[in-house]
Amino acid sequence: MMPEMHFDEEQPDIPEGQRRRPTGVAAPAVIRSGREVISAELALTIYRQMVRTRALEERSIKMSKSGEAYFWIGGPGEEVVNVCLGLQVHKGEGPAYDYLHLHYRNAGVMLAMGMPMIDHVRQLAMRWTDPHSRGRNFVGHYAVKKWNVVPVTSVIEVQFAMAPGTALMQKRHGLKYPQENEGITIVVGGEAGTAEGDFETCLNWSSRPGNELPVLMIVTNNRFGISTDFTLVCAEKRVADRALPYGIRAETVDGNDPVLVWNALDRAMRYCRRERKPYLLETLVSRLHGHSSSSGAQRDWKQPDPLQMFEEKLLAAGAMDANTVETLWADARAEAEAAVAAAMREPEPRPEDVYRFTYAPSPVDVVYPQDYTGLPGQKDAPEGAG
Amino acid sequence: MATMAQAVRLALHYGEEHLGVTDVFGEDVGPPLGGVFTVTQGLKTAWNTPLDERGIIGTAMGIAYAGGRPVCEIQFCDYAFNVLDLLKIAGNQRWASGGEYDMPIVVMTPTGAGIRGSIYHSHSFDSWATRLPGWKIVMPSNPLDAYGLMLAAILDPNPVLYLLPKALLRVRGERLIPGEPDDPEQLSRMIDAPIGDRTHWTPQWPPVQEYIVPIGRAELVRQGSEATIISYGRHLPMCIQAADELTRQEGIHCDVIDLRSLFPYDWELISQSVRKTGRVLIVNEDTEVTNFAEHLLRRIVEEHFYDLLVRPRALMGKHVPGIGMNQVYERNSVPQLEDVRAAIRELLAEPA
Repeated sequence: MMPEMHFDEEQPDIPEGQRRRPTGVAAPAVIRSGREVISAELALTIYRQMVRTRALEERSIKMSKSGEAYFWIGGPGEEVVNVCLGLQVHKGEGPAYDYLHLHYRNAGVMLAMGMPMIDHVRQLAMRWTDPHSRGRNFVGHYAVKKWNVVPVTSVIEVQFAMAPGTALMQKRHGLKYPQENEGITIVVGGEAGTAEGDFETCLNWSSRPGNELPVLMIVTNNRFGISTDFTLVCAEKRVADRALPYGIRAETVDGNDPVLVWNALDRAMRYCRRERKPYLLETLVSRLHGHSSSSGAQRDWKQPDPLQMFEEKLLAAGAMDANTVETLWADARAEAEAAVAAAMREPEPRPEDVYRFTYAPSPVDVVYPQDYTGLPGQKDAPEGAG
Repeated sequence: MATMAQAVRLALHYGEEHLGVTDVFGEDVGPPLGGVFTVTQGLKTAWNTPLDERGIIGTAMGIAYAGGRPVCEIQFCDYAFNVLDLLKIAGNQRWASGGEYDMPIVVMTPTGAGIRGSIYHSHSFDSWATRLPGWKIVMPSNPLDAYGLMLAAILDPNPVLYLLPKALLRVRGERLIPGEPDDPEQLSRMIDAPIGDRTHWTPQWPPVQEYIVPIGRAELVRQGSEATIISYGRHLPMCIQAADELTRQEGIHCDVIDLRSLFPYDWELISQSVRKTGRVLIVNEDTEVTNFAEHLLRRIVEEHFYDLLVRPRALMGKHVPGIGMNQVYERNSVPQLEDVRAAIRELLAEPA
């Protein structure tokens, strides 16, 4: 069984022993896509995190089908964007660090940042130990204050209305503490959500003349809004074009290619950090298991699999061998399995926990100076609530 | 004797100087206008937003996530309806995140009829507001309470919806805010922006002091044993006037309760009064189907059925989709003084 990991522990990179390559084949220094490159070492790190993410998602789907959980939603097919983003986030708490306004397909971001698998599973299994929502929210609805991951909602695109607020505080913070002037706001949503006004809110509020904000808007375009094809409801060819009238810099990138995505994210994040201005990055991604368990979560074999493609690329380049692939998959699956086994043994919420964490303690509230305990004056308020 | 608009402005100024308010913002909230009701004139952190209510609430949430202390405004509560889901989300952030994230925002919005506002500037929001678990809802009926409730709203680390009774915003108070000059003309010269060019105008703030009206504490503004009249906001002065008339003309004394906080509400005070009088009237101007008064009536009936002498009542706005422009519509849609008067008399007249 894998030991349980905690937030503060650094994730191990590729263990030394797994980096062996076939004798006589020179390991490549870099992995290429067209004119863009990343180091082979980075490629292996990305690959490993993609495998971990996929293994966790596949085990999560199984949970929803086995009755261990009610519902699954996630991002198989979006691992490239998620992992590359998670590895580049400036992680920490407060405006000097990056704020993350994620959506519900971002397990890879969180794993790459160092979240232990079990914290994803705890939410899926609706345990009291779920640190994101105490078993209250759907899976993938993360909330981690110490990493500036604000609560994920199921209401699509509302996160785009909130992003200018954190970015505003970051811009001010940078003016006050120039040496820390690097925190940016990253907001992620799907292309279907760009039909909501909140997407336009973000473009507008982030680009007000003289008040431009460091917001990186990432649209993961999988071409489906649940079951509705993007081309049937949207006339524009590229979501990224929506940035044009606002004078916001934008790019569309193949979201299934880690080399391209890594560099596109790097460019976008550097721009937001340095210029303190917004950037729109559209990534074209796959959706390998449909919308969610509500649509069956069956594998769609017609969709290109970015993980398989990257695996083949790294093998062909000699960056890793079949043995490494096998080991990484076995480790990732064992890690996911252990996380599920451990989480399922953990306690569920108690009836009186219904009320908890409704209100923060308030010095000016005479009814709820601590927390909510039921209606004001209610005589049967549960013991221990609040 | 500040008006309610001036009182809120003074409270926001105090909030900026002493309570860590980082942003006061909304549509036309910053210079040159300082708010369509002048509530935010001259404030140092006030700024104008795009005409976008969703952006206002979303940005307030973002500012709060990042450690700021925002007070934002929805220009009229009629425009809060397109942002109900964000209000719901703001109210659930702490609960949904298992205590990870607090949501210390204040949203103020003028509510109710009484300014000849027609269909889209006369709606009430109190009943909608109380359907937003996770929020605290306050509504003053006089300038001093408006000041004290705003300071409490700012100090409270939870989302607070601050409902401004539109019709009372320009009504002068009877009690001084601590630190306010005695002379209302002097106060006006100090903090009211001049008509016309305001480019070089800056307010001279009086040294106002901390004065808190605790959230969840109602005020018993008149005392009596004949009946309990519960109200808040615009209709509270009408209830006082009607009750005072009864006292003068017939020597009848009623409890009049100014709720001030709609959630959490002061159940203890309501409960004590109902036990004492056995007769209850609740007055507000929101529409009558699924009105907040209905919740109070339900509890009163359930918990005080055997204390009641006669059936309890609620006087509320008519269940119509808007307040028509012609005053015939408005007068006949929301309770007027004569309606309050008649309702109290009817309540008292019914044999026990």
